[in-house]
Amino acid sequence: MSAKTLVVYLMAMPDTPELAQAAVDAGADVIEVGFPFSDPLADGPVIRRAGERALAAGMRTRRCLEVLAEIRARVDVPLIPMTYASIFDAYGWGELERDARAAGATSLIVADLPADERQELHRVQLVAPTSTDERVRLAAEATDGWLYLVTVTGTTGARAELAPSLAPLAERARAISSVPLYAGFGISTGEHARAAAELVDGVVVGSRAIEAAEQGPAALAELVGQLRAGLDAPVAA
Amino acid sequence: MTATPTRTFGEYGGRYVPETLIPALDELEQAWASLRDDAEFRAELQGMLESYAGRPTPITRVERFAPDQRMYLKREDLMHTGAHKVNNALGQVLIARRLGKQRIIAETGAGMHGVATATVCARFGLECIVYMGTEDIRRQAPNVERMRLLGAEVRPVEFGTRTLKEATSEAIRDWIANVETTYYLIGSCVGPAPYPELVRELQRVIGREARAQILGTEGRLPDAVVACVGGGSNAIGMFYDFIPDEDVRLIGVEAADAASLGSGRGGVLHGARSSILADEDGQVQDAHSISAGLDYPGVGPEHAWLRDSGRAEYVPCTDDEALAAFHRLCETEGIVPALESSHALVRALDCGAELVLVCLSGRGDKDLAEVLLHER
Repeated sequence: MSAKTLVVYLMAMPDTPELAQAAVDAGADVIEVGFPFSDPLADGPVIRRAGERALAAGMRTRRCLEVLAEIRARVDVPLIPMTYASIFDAYGWGELERDARAAGATSLIVADLPADERQELHRVQLVAPTSTDERVRLAAEATDGWLYLVTVTGTTGARAELAPSLAPLAERARAISSVPLYAGFGISTGEHARAAAELVDGVVVGSRAIEAAEQGPAALAELVGQLRAGLDAPVAA
Repeated sequence: MTATPTRTFGEYGGRYVPETLIPALDELEQAWASLRDDAEFRAELQGMLESYAGRPTPITRVERFAPDQRMYLKREDLMHTGAHKVNNALGQVLIARRLGKQRIIAETGAGMHGVATATVCARFGLECIVYMGTEDIRRQAPNVERMRLLGAEVRPVEFGTRTLKEATSEAIRDWIANVETTYYLIGSCVGPAPYPELVRELQRVIGREARAQILGTEGRLPDAVVACVGGGSNAIGMFYDFIPDEDVRLIGVEAADAASLGSGRGGVLHGARSSILADEDGQVQDAHSISAGLDYPGVGPEHAWLRDSGRAEYVPCTDDEALAAFHRLCETEGIVPALESSHALVRALDCGAELVLVCLSGRGDKDLAEVLLHER
């Protein structure tokens, strides 16, 4: 059985290095680090509010890069800043890519940058249930390491059930490309993770991780442990 | 063979949206490319503009308001629903019908676009949901009641600045979640391509009519054409057919504390790269204006390009200046202008042009309570 990848999203805050370490110790394989933006169109209320708190705490781009470097000093898993185009546009597209990698980033995600915009920026591409096969192919060919499958037609945020739209999207992406597929948006429990693991190579947990992280490292570790157990559980015969 | 609609204006524009929306933007772009020059579509739109919405609107000489100039107002305030917004709403709802969408969403600031959208949805029997910040709901209460009367659902947006910026973000989030059934009827020449071009083309009727009217009345082109700029739809519609007339100055007037063009920097907001009010990290800053329709930290990408190219100039106007012009037009001409349009009147008076044409983009009935509150 091949191991499934668990990606945990945390908003960049002064205490994120400690939280990231707790998540990795509990079984997270990749950490996404949110660089907050004032108008996050792809995000539901949980991540939007986390971004508002981060901005109020002074988490501007340079401070986020410092936190990224502090996380890198504690963990050796892939680290992926996730942000919005306006942050890159203000800092300089090439400059932010360079400085993020120097601070320990292994890739990048830009939530409002579809595959055919700014193609020179190498990053993890997202596809959605609405994406045509042609768009999936474009994203899969351009993506950096793995393809991010948005499970739902919607914004980020926990849902009660794993979206039924994931299975057909995963099936289409498999037929088009051999890149690893990780699913995100709406995945919040070990059961979701287990169900998704039957379809894809990994999952991304964002809003639920943000909520747990607000309770501290122990609560985050407990959630990550549950997600890890869900992902690693043997598939029912 | 139809040309591909414009996606960028110099370094501005683009489609900075989550991937989920791209297929819907592709679909809209293809529909617009075929409809733009389609005789049947154009005839249907023109028929509705004339028989339902009141086009053409006149130009009115305002000798008592501007005794030292030959000033004409392009009377978009006389349009059905009270502003130029219905030009765009009618055009887009006809596109939505051709795309088979039954659910229409919109954002609104002053409420004029929300009313125009609610109106055309009532006319065609479509579900209508309008996002509006709670601060704007407070200061534009009559328009909220009008939207409800017309059968629209007004969804309050209670976070951030509680104005047009957040209402737009929430409308886009709704669109992301419901994109397969929903048409996003954006109210200005902002947003991802093809909206900036689409809205410009639907508002061009303002300038096309006005240019012919001033030529007919004065026998020559104006020295200056003036319009207020929030997102910039009445201004781009007024300016566009004058762009080749190099001797005609094009003057856009922004609220002084919402001057995305005068005080902004390059940045990405609501799906397009443009000139926005943002800090050095790209975080969008709050705009402030007594006029809800101008209280927006972004602007259409084509205006940023017209500014950079030098073809149009963009100047600020304070709340107090706009209020003074509001009263002056009421008292000298018997015309109650929208506070938005009052900004254009201020700079039209002191731009130094002898023959000047101003877009009076809307009427001010909606603003009476806010004016009284401000002056109490």
